Amino acid sequence: MSPHLRKRLVVVGHGMVGHRFVQAAVERGLTETHDVVVVGEEPRPAYDRVALTSFFEVGAEALSLLPEGAYDDPRVELRLGTAVEGFDPETRTVLLSDGEVLTYDDLVLATGAAPFVPPVPGHDLPGCFVYRTIEDLEAIRAAAAGASTGVVVGGGLLGLEAAKALADLGLETSVVEMAPRLMAVQVDDAGGATLRRHVEGLGLIVHTEARTTAVVERDGRAAGLSLDGRDDVAADLIVFSAGIRPRDGLARAAGLDLAERGGVLVDERCRTSDPHVWAVGECAAPAGRMYGLVAPGYAMAEVVVDALLGGPGEFTGADLSTKLKLMGVDVASFGDAFATTQGALELVYADAVAGVYKKLVVSADGTRLLGGVLVGDASAYGVLRPMVASGIALPDNPEELILPVGRGGGADLALPDDAQVCSCNDVTKQQVTDAVAGGGCDSPACVQACTRAGSTCGSCKPVVKRIVEEWFEAQGRVVDRSLCEHFPLTRQELFDVVAVHGHTTFDQVVAAHGTGRGCDVCKPTIASILASQLDRHVLEPATRTLQDTNDAYLANIQRNGTYSVVPRIPGGEVTPEGLIVIGEVARDFGLYTKITGGQRIDLFGARMEELPAIWRRLVDAGFESGHAYGKSLRTVKSCVGSTWCRYGVQDSVQLAIDLELRYRGLRSPHKLKGGVSGCARECAEARGKDFGVIATERGWNLYVGGNGGATPVHARLLAGDLDTPTLVRYLDRFLMYYVRTADRLQRTAPWVDSLDGGLDRVRAVVVDDVLGLGGELEAAMARHVEGYADEWRATLDDPDKLRRFVSFVNAPDVPDPHISFREERDQQVPAEVAGPVVLGTTIPVGAPR
Amino acid sequence: MSTTTGSGVWTTVCPLDAVDVEGGVAALVEGAAVAIFRTHDGNVYAISNYDPCCRASVLARGIVGTRGEIPVVASPMHKQAFDLRTGQCLDDAAVRVTTYDVRVVDQQVQVGRPREPVEGT
Ligand code: SRM
Ligand SMILES: Cc1cc2nc3c(=O)[nH]c(=O)nc-3n(C[C@H](O)[C@H](O)[C@H](O)COP(=O)(O)OP(=O)(O)OC[C@H]3O[C@@H](n4cnc5c(N)ncnc54)[C@H](O)[C@@H]3O)c2cc1C
Ligand code: SF4
Ligand code: FES
Repeated sequence: MSPHLRKRLVVVGHGMVGHRFVQAAVERGLTETHDVVVVGEEPRPAYDRVALTSFFEVGAEALSLLPEGAYDDPRVELRLGTAVEGFDPETRTVLLSDGEVLTYDDLVLATGAAPFVPPVPGHDLPGCFVYRTIEDLEAIRAAAAGASTGVVVGGGLLGLEAAKALADLGLETSVVEMAPRLMAVQVDDAGGATLRRHVEGLGLIVHTEARTTAVVERDGRAAGLSLDGRDDVAADLIVFSAGIRPRDGLARAAGLDLAERGGVLVDERCRTSDPHVWAVGECAAPAGRMYGLVAPGYAMAEVVVDALLGGPGEFTGADLSTKLKLMGVDVASFGDAFATTQGALELVYADAVAGVYKKLVVSADGTRLLGGVLVGDASAYGVLRPMVASGIALPDNPEELILPVGRGGGADLALPDDAQVCSCNDVTKQQVTDAVAGGGCDSPACVQACTRAGSTCGSCKPVVKRIVEEWFEAQGRVVDRSLCEHFPLTRQELFDVVAVHGHTTFDQVVAAHGTGRGCDVCKPTIASILASQLDRHVLEPATRTLQDTNDAYLANIQRNGTYSVVPRIPGGEVTPEGLIVIGEVARDFGLYTKITGGQRIDLFGARMEELPAIWRRLVDAGFESGHAYGKSLRTVKSCVGSTWCRYGVQDSVQLAIDLELRYRGLRSPHKLKGGVSGCARECAEARGKDFGVIATERGWNLYVGGNGGATPVHARLLAGDLDTPTLVRYLDRFLMYYVRTADRLQRTAPWVDSLDGGLDRVRAVVVDDVLGLGGELEAAMARHVEGYADEWRATLDDPDKLRRFVSFVNAPDVPDPHISFREERDQQVPAEVAGPVVLGTTIPVGAPR
Repeated sequence: MSTTTGSGVWTTVCPLDAVDVEGGVAALVEGAAVAIFRTHDGNVYAISNYDPCCRASVLARGIVGTRGEIPVVASPMHKQAFDLRTGQCLDDAAVRVTTYDVRVVDQQVQVGRPREPVEGT
């Protein structure tokens, strides 16, 4: 299509819904006919506002919905830091804050909502904040640094989230709520009372039925709140979270119809009163009603893309179920939580001691679930919410759904196929099953990648996991997690039984927990587990027959039966003298020499019987094993960093060396790689590593769960701006947690995804230490660091170990006659062998994880 | 050292304790590379060291274990399992390696004749 026939679509607002709109436009081919210009007022691309509070822990970058900063489609142009000042439906033009005027064929308003600040006197004093954008949170953090008390106006979902955040910033925090209970929109009185106890248990002070009349002023700053008929609440910092108002000003100025209670009035196709203007997300009011949640906004975005493609999609209302994401308090409300349906019945279970309140709202005839409230234990939310949406028949004893397991509860319900399991992304059970049955997914993580189920608020993850497992069971394919025919256990279970029983040999483990005499799968696995727990040399008699050939000879086997030798070059830093020694060794033994992809040097073509002599030379020159052969730490790549680089902000080489030396020799479920970059330019490609560290002005950002290889994944931010001791502490915990719980040959990325809660779970364990395991994991790592010894040197020092490095037991110096070389580009390489080689393994490239 | 006995030629290759239990060594017997293994139940086996799947002389360096009731070694290159008793590759019916007579005399391992013609190595 020639360019002048292309249409232009202008999107106003690059928030969550604007972003989803563009994604859908690209995915569904709308950009084949339309150029898309997105104008966003915020300085950065769309980010996950739902997870806004985690900004304090993970920083802005981790929240980004477009980490690359641009769409993978040249026909989408993103203009950030630019506001739309107005538009004219007559001329179909928009006016930008930088003075430019753009024409459009279609205009999509995705301007979201703004926090409502009650117009009490003093509401705009310094010290008053709202809670909506990253800039808001940055300002709150800065103000909290010099403050000791805070107050949040509004005890709804967002107000409680903000209050918890203030408390976490170290402020003594109060919540002031006008209604008689917290979360008045979602929970009933009894639920509110239980919730209040939980919130107070977190250390927050709660005032209900308290109307704010003014902000107290002292020295030109906010100093607290005046309440109607009560004492003032003193506070250095005030956050207003008293509801939101749709940002409908542009539409109002352009003369479009608005809804009575605010919001751009749209029809079921999300079209406004002007046929070329559409509105989606929180600024829109389909059938006169605005939705303050992201899922309905996503649905609207899809409907507009569909409409522009000529499809029939309609928006007909949405589920307002909510679950509070506050750490430590479970609250969920779904469907008709207040039993407003004619004749609705309520079933209540309350346990004041345990702080649990659960209510189900059931239809008059007792056959259907209409809604409910869960406080203190919202584990049933994932199953109950889809039951409401799909109208599935209730079991005979519906109370079982909310009773604790062991008191008749824990009923398992088969959801119908059309039950929506992920409300954020509108994914049904059928779509999940299809991803498994037809799409070849074998894990919840893969289902999430294929369908988006679970990728937004995450509350549906447990149900998705169950559906995947149920499907496999229904196929008679119990998701078999046995390690191999000899052990009906997973690696993690084996790790635990070995630790609990204190086994030290394979014989003990197989006698107690297995059958037969093991194989090439379970033996190396058990060797690795024993190595993690005992820090013994891998070639001790008790374990050497368990090792894979690479570990058994402390070198990597090559296609012709020779080995390659990789000395450790920590952080990639090497002296000229070191280089010369490596060169001399390579020359004297005739080894093919190559710079590896891991910033070190590989020497290929060593015969097994030559290995000790080669190591002797290298060890004498101060080198040690690089563990290129082990499922263990390989390299910690570095960039040159602040020592030389004009952009560097920290000494990345020093840190890379320190980390490489700290974790060298650590046996793990799969190989481990790290990287350290001296600034955000990321020359060390740290985010392509299992752990990556990127320097910031204030310290280090720690990323985890990345890899290259067959299925590349970028590491994600675990914690930001750390000082070096904290960084090392988190890494100790992270790596040990991985070593203890990952599956065999599972790298960190799939391991993180396999955990319930994913990266959030890792953060909870590593950063927040919710399991109280931190000290133990650090101690285990300290033992490893303490016990480390170079495997090459230890082998050279032990005749019993050296005995095995012979070509033939009865002719130790006769070279293997099968090995021959030819020359290529002036170096020796294996001579061709006749005929094809049967390959034992194949790796699917780019298969979904 | 070779000695001729009634049943043929036996080459003494090493003391029994030079072979780890569930480990292997390679020996040079009349110019051929032979892999000698010792299993957990005390048996000693000898098969060709040459792995036809990858065309390298490496089998002695594989991991010894069982598949079902069968004593096996897994090639260190690409992990195909070989029946230590028969030399049959359990992952590819078309592949089989030569086995050798083997015995332990006075704590010394002796390798005898190939039980079948050595394949083109
Ligand atoms: C030598 C080297 C290639 C080179 O000439 O540059 C290499 C060679 C091998 N790689 Fe690699 N990889 C080498 C860097 C890499 C990199 C680049 C890096 O580390 O930055 C990657 C991608 C990054 C990553 O791992 O995430 C890489 C991804 C792999 C993978 C795929 C892993 C995955 O998770 O998908 C394998 C297969 C495996 O480990 O199961 C692999 C396996 C291997 C093995 C060990 C295969 C084998 O068992 O024989 C190769 C033998 C190494 C040897 O003989 O020394 N190699 N390999 C590099 C050695 C680096 C070092 O100094 O230790
Ligand atoms: C702390 C917090 C927690 C939340 N938790 C949940 C939750 O658990 N579950 C849930 O479903 N929802 C939650 N939400 C609500 C959710 O974030 C919103 O529903 C969602 O972000 C709405 O998306 P949107 O694109 O309509 O608006 P936004 O994400 O606000 O995006 C609108 C964008 O448009 C820009 N804009 C506005 N006017 C202009 C203009 N004139 N020119 C250019 N750009 C403009 C704005 O700057 C903004 O970037 C939460 C919100 C907050 C603040
Ligand atoms: S990452 Fe930054 S500090 Fe390191 S080399 Fe690149 S630009 Fe320099
Ligand atoms: S329900 Fe929020 S991600 Fe699925």
